[in-house]
Amino acid sequence: MKLFDYARADSVATATRDGAVPGARFIAGGTNLLDLMKLQVETPETLVDISRLALTEIEEREDGGLTIGALVPNSDLAADARVIERYPVLSRALLAGASGQLRNKASTGGNLLQRTRCYYFYDPATPCNKREPGSGCSAIGGENRILAILGTSDQCIATHPSDMAVAMRALEAVIVTQKPDGDRRRIAIGDFYRLPAATPEIENVLEPGELITHVELPPAPAGRQTYRKVRDRASYAFALVSVAGIVAIEGGRIASARLAFGGLGPMPWRNEAVEAALVGQEPTDAAFHAAADALLADARGYGSNDFKIPLTRRTLVATLRELTQEG
Amino acid sequence: MHFTINGQSHDIEVDVRTSLLDLCREHLGLTGSKKGCDHGQCGACTMLVNGRRVNSCLTLAVMHQDDEITTIEGLGQPGNLHPLQDAFVRHDGFQCGYCTPGQICSAVGMMDEVKKGWPSHVTEDLGAAELTVEEISERMSGNLCRCAAYPNIVDAIRDVAGLGDRNPNEDVGKEVAA
Amino acid sequence: MFGFGKDDTNALTMNQPHPDSLLDTGVQGVISKPLDRVDGPKKVTGTATYAAEYAIENVAHGVLVSATKGHAKIKAIDADAVKAIPGVIDVITDYDTFIRNSQQGGETSAPTQGVRTIDYFGEIIAIVVAESFEVARDAAKQLKVDYEPLDGTFDYEANKGEAEPAPDGLIKGHYDQGDFDKAFENAPVKVDVTYTTPSQNSAAMEPHASIAVWEDGALTLYGAYQMPTSDAQQLAKALGVAQSKVRIISRYIGGGFGSKLGIAPESVAAAIAAKQLGRPVKAVMLRQQVFDATVRRSNTEQRMRLGAEAGGRIVALGHESITSNLPDEDFFEPVGIGTHFLYGGENRRINHDVVRLNWTLSGSMRAPGEAVGMVGMECAMDELAEAIGMDPIALRKVNDPQQDPELKVPYSSRNLTRSLEEGAKHFGWDQRQAPGQRREGDWLIGMGVAAACRSNQLQQSAAKVELHPDGSATVSSAMTDIGTGSYTIMAQIAAEILGLPVEKVTMSLGDTNDPPAAGSGGSWGAASAGSAVYLAAERVRERLAKAMGVKPEDLTLKDGMAIGDNRSVPLAELVGKDGLSAIGEIKPGQQEKQFNQASYGAHFAEVGVNVVTGEVRVRRMLGVFAAGRVLNAKTARSQCLGGMTFGIGTALTEDLIHDPRTGKLVNHDLAEYHVPVNADVPQLEVHFLDERDIHANPIHAKGIGELGISGAAPAVVNAIYNATGVRVREMPVTLDKLLDHLPAL
Repeated sequence: MKLFDYARADSVATATRDGAVPGARFIAGGTNLLDLMKLQVETPETLVDISRLALTEIEEREDGGLTIGALVPNSDLAADARVIERYPVLSRALLAGASGQLRNKASTGGNLLQRTRCYYFYDPATPCNKREPGSGCSAIGGENRILAILGTSDQCIATHPSDMAVAMRALEAVIVTQKPDGDRRRIAIGDFYRLPAATPEIENVLEPGELITHVELPPAPAGRQTYRKVRDRASYAFALVSVAGIVAIEGGRIASARLAFGGLGPMPWRNEAVEAALVGQEPTDAAFHAAADALLADARGYGSNDFKIPLTRRTLVATLRELTQEG
Repeated sequence: MHFTINGQSHDIEVDVRTSLLDLCREHLGLTGSKKGCDHGQCGACTMLVNGRRVNSCLTLAVMHQDDEITTIEGLGQPGNLHPLQDAFVRHDGFQCGYCTPGQICSAVGMMDEVKKGWPSHVTEDLGAAELTVEEISERMSGNLCRCAAYPNIVDAIRDVAGLGDRNPNEDVGKEVAA
Repeated sequence: MFGFGKDDTNALTMNQPHPDSLLDTGVQGVISKPLDRVDGPKKVTGTATYAAEYAIENVAHGVLVSATKGHAKIKAIDADAVKAIPGVIDVITDYDTFIRNSQQGGETSAPTQGVRTIDYFGEIIAIVVAESFEVARDAAKQLKVDYEPLDGTFDYEANKGEAEPAPDGLIKGHYDQGDFDKAFENAPVKVDVTYTTPSQNSAAMEPHASIAVWEDGALTLYGAYQMPTSDAQQLAKALGVAQSKVRIISRYIGGGFGSKLGIAPESVAAAIAAKQLGRPVKAVMLRQQVFDATVRRSNTEQRMRLGAEAGGRIVALGHESITSNLPDEDFFEPVGIGTHFLYGGENRRINHDVVRLNWTLSGSMRAPGEAVGMVGMECAMDELAEAIGMDPIALRKVNDPQQDPELKVPYSSRNLTRSLEEGAKHFGWDQRQAPGQRREGDWLIGMGVAAACRSNQLQQSAAKVELHPDGSATVSSAMTDIGTGSYTIMAQIAAEILGLPVEKVTMSLGDTNDPPAAGSGGSWGAASAGSAVYLAAERVRERLAKAMGVKPEDLTLKDGMAIGDNRSVPLAELVGKDGLSAIGEIKPGQQEKQFNQASYGAHFAEVGVNVVTGEVRVRRMLGVFAAGRVLNAKTARSQCLGGMTFGIGTALTEDLIHDPRTGKLVNHDLAEYHVPVNADVPQLEVHFLDERDIHANPIHAKGIGELGISGAAPAVVNAIYNATGVRVREMPVTLDKLLDHLPAL
């Protein structure tokens, strides 16, 4: 860990001001940032401690949704009665992630900004375009069992590791930020992340000093919700594949569907063609496979992650069966 | 910097990079909390911060100057064991002992979470959960034990919760007459 | 080291059976009981002191520097830049003296030394010493090293054709008996299959750690070591100092599982740095360094050829393995060690070949040989049973030999068949269905069985027992307790023989200033050090009898009283003002040649395989074990729980991945090297069969620490087959290997 200046922010305004200085990073829970700083993957010159800001409430919105403070810990969010009642997909996604200890510390805002768990990104002894632009991608042609099959580029095949963000993508969450000049932005989660393309080091649309203050959840769409995570251990492991699904049936047909995926791409993945393949259809395996076809049309394996393609299909079909079965 | 650990005040200057774990181990002589991985991947460093279990290796000491911190040393001492410490001894909830302080601190925090009605990944309806074997195993999965005392850890926790179904001194290791 | 046969020593070489044991005639009633660990209260309160936790004044913090090439020459290290960082004391390396890799357990020589040429990615090449850990870690990460790359051999698959016969070691590299080729060719039923297991890491929870303190030319090293007696010899040799100048203290060790048998690079680095700087230095490996630069269990490729008669009797048994190791290392993973004696069959071929790779050292990890060799053997047996159409337990019973099939000597004790039968009864084996038949919702359910065996070893060991004027006792030995329960069982042995409550026995372990011992490895610890305690206590008891004026056989000791000749006298009155003490020493002898000594058992597993995803979960598991006298039913059970869980890891999750371009361990942390978590492990069941082994040692106990792992993995893998009808022969059985074979959705 390189030496840094430490500043504790006492307001969002001071945080964004201090955070706009080149080399500054915000720290809240720190569970991912400190992990990477110890490895010198992250080398901030200033840490702006935002952990004491008053962004810890979950509030009702007039539209029936919720506004979640960026510093609400993952465990509190998962256990919130309103979330359990209205957004069980989010509770389940949070509870499928990390461990009890980490969820107690990890913040809502920080979780959205988790960096990839790519083996090579984590190891400065190896080339990685995300860590060191232009150095090359070790995962292509190397070990990539846990890496992406969608949205990749020839520069980077990293996955986004969050479970929470996958559920939020299905819920069409809005990320609320404040910039150093006081401007606030409301960014749809679908617009928040960037594909790696030629600049895998840039992962989202945040500007220097721009701080996530809240996450808004619109009213939950109708339908049954679930989160299915497939992993190598029964617990405490990142997703190989995960599916956040919200499906409503009316008159024997799928009236609406929201599907988002973890473990597949550089961001919590959503492809509206998948949902379009389902809406209006009877909930049959044929329709489910058509949805999988739409999802996986552009999927590409890199060797040791080839299995994710059939695994995704099977997991999606089973999840859709679960969401549409009678009773 | 000012810290309150196990009810005791400490005023000490440390490198800003010092983790809460290293503050305790390297500066305050509180070596009960263990460093297994230093990356939040094993749980051996688990402490209670304001009553909540956290990985003390993955947080900076400087960020905890206003917090109430409890380490294994604050739970009990030889001759004055916390009920979970006592149950871990009776159920052999450890072997080498290195993950043990973290397991016990984690169990204290975990039982409080259950009391608050927090669900887990295996709670069917996301409602309040009982301390079943399955619930305990899931909730304690952030604490690795390579000696693999897991079944005994589960038994120790169930014992303290009043759900003991395995008597540590009668049910174990029964010999079958040859 | 050993003062064998000295006057104050009760020495025994196991040349004869030892049918009478004071543990059977003792009346204190503590032996074998499920007593709580005597070190328990310390461990649960965090007051047990592990290597890195000694409060040494003026200690400097060292962080090791890892090479970032797989094979290269160091041209230069730019120390000046990091020495300028405030708080850095020095950057220290010694290209000739730093050790290339850990030493194997029990060796008395130094490990391969010299780090100018890097032989594997992550090799330790320097140590940065600073006033704080934070500064040292930063500086170590920033240190610039200039390398001249060398062509290395990094890819197992591409190079396995270059494998050569292993040098004879613990077992022969190649072994042939009868006419294997012909017998296999002519066998009515044949199985010819290849199983593989990947590299693995012990992943003990405590990283390797040393604090080196020099005083008057003598080194005290607080280390995390399993075998301090031989480790001190290795360290002295590596440093070029007299053995008498090196003391190792390892009172509490946070797990070892083989990885701390021999000295690791941090010990030598800390010792050199401390000497150069003239102040104590602490060096704790980062977790990634534990993976990169200690020991791995070798990957294995095992060709199994079993030829049998229609009734199941094996006539040809072939177990040929390829493993890997660094150049110039004698150790090879003894894959077939259990195969030599587990089953009969006149025509045998058990070969071990080794391919030399620029990969992290391969060495002992819990049950070297059996842990992974039994995957090949016991899964092949399952396949043979199916080929014949026979129950897998019946097949094993048919092949349970009356004597060692190679050495033609009797077994000292062997309860394989009984273990299988007892286990079948308790587990409900008769409920097992044909492969792929049992389904509950999305889960396919199956049962599997495998035999367990682990060769038993006795190692020369000594211990001292002192009976103090106040009637309490102290037991001391350079034996260790790595979680195995040594503190407790050694106290129980002394207490039983001396008639004392266990609380009256104080234990001192893990210090080379105490009598030498073989330490903890190879499951020999309890039997070896325990026998030394037995012998020391026996001598003390003889002296008490003399003081009492009775023959030893007429003396009864209980609750601190000596009873004999119609008198009952407190021990305190018999020991005199100086107390009584004696040293016990045990040594292996003819008994290990005249008998095949091993412990046995049987594993039963029930798994669920998710029909959608291929995820495997162990639902139930039972181990039945026969390992001689169980010295403490509680700690022995725990040892087996641990072994069985290692087996679950081998079967399902543990896979240390090498990048074939550099040899680098890709997943060198505990997030991506998946040791089983609590949720992976059901409430395992363990049963022990009552057994005594009079040929093994005077306490009649055999090794148990590694028995639980031997056979555990194949039981799980066989259960997966029974659940799905799919044979996966590549460990671990992760879901990707099952996926293509599951029913279409």
